[in-house]
Amino acid sequence: MKINTLSPQIHSRRDWLRQVQKIGLVTLSFCLNPISAFAKKADAALAIEKLTGSNSIQEGRVSLIIPPLVENGNLVVLKVSVESPMTEADYVKAIHVIAEGNPLPNIFSAYLTPRSGKAIVTTRVRLGDSQRVWAIAQMSDGSFWKGYADTLVTLSACTEMV
Amino acid sequence: MSKTSRTVITMPAQAKQGSIIEIRAIAQHDMESGFRYSEAGKVIPRDIIRTFSCTYNNVPVFSADFYPGIGANPLLIFTTIATETATLEFKWVGDDGYEAINQAHITVT
Repeated sequence: MKINTLSPQIHSRRDWLRQVQKIGLVTLSFCLNPISAFAKKADAALAIEKLTGSNSIQEGRVSLIIPPLVENGNLVVLKVSVESPMTEADYVKAIHVIAEGNPLPNIFSAYLTPRSGKAIVTTRVRLGDSQRVWAIAQMSDGSFWKGYADTLVTLSACTEMV
Repeated sequence: MSKTSRTVITMPAQAKQGSIIEIRAIAQHDMESGFRYSEAGKVIPRDIIRTFSCTYNNVPVFSADFYPGIGANPLLIFTTIATETATLEFKWVGDDGYEAINQAHITVT
């Protein structure tokens, strides 16, 4: 008799625990919210496509240096360098920097010439979130190369009020 | 932002012919992104520098397009080859008729 009376109780407690687990999973998925993250990535992909057109982009030759941990996203020193001989025949035409987590993915575009000597550009940028930043280099022969850097931003550039 | 502002160029005054010189160009500008809100809840309109260009003896050697992702008081560090004794001209153009021009002289030996 005892077992019979206990068993429905145990079952209901198991059911209840399962329910709680389900609720937990649902709320967790809302917190992580992959939809908004992907939307920003799509924006960045669109911005890259606008710059490069239908050309394929190869990985490498471009290196992007940003601090891996940024306290304040308002001024982040960013350095892009591209491996190139920088001669009349073979030089870097343009360097584009795209941030995945910014409200506007484009950060800047620099246009170089053979008289630049070296394909290195440094500037200070704003970062809205912890994110991956891309640098795309357009060579004089029409090929595109890309490199990236990941960074953690503790204070976003977009939160400050006036 | 006013129609023009202070700019500073840092580069060597003398260089050997064929050497690569580093130029630092900075302009005083708020670079209002257009994504910020005032306390009244209104969007502050975008007011940024759009383009920067550098000419070496009237030959363009470097230019750049800026977007709101560039921080306030934009700094650019880039390089060029010292080919001849000349004047370098730097020009920033932005929203609301903003324009700033700066010049620097280099003696090449």
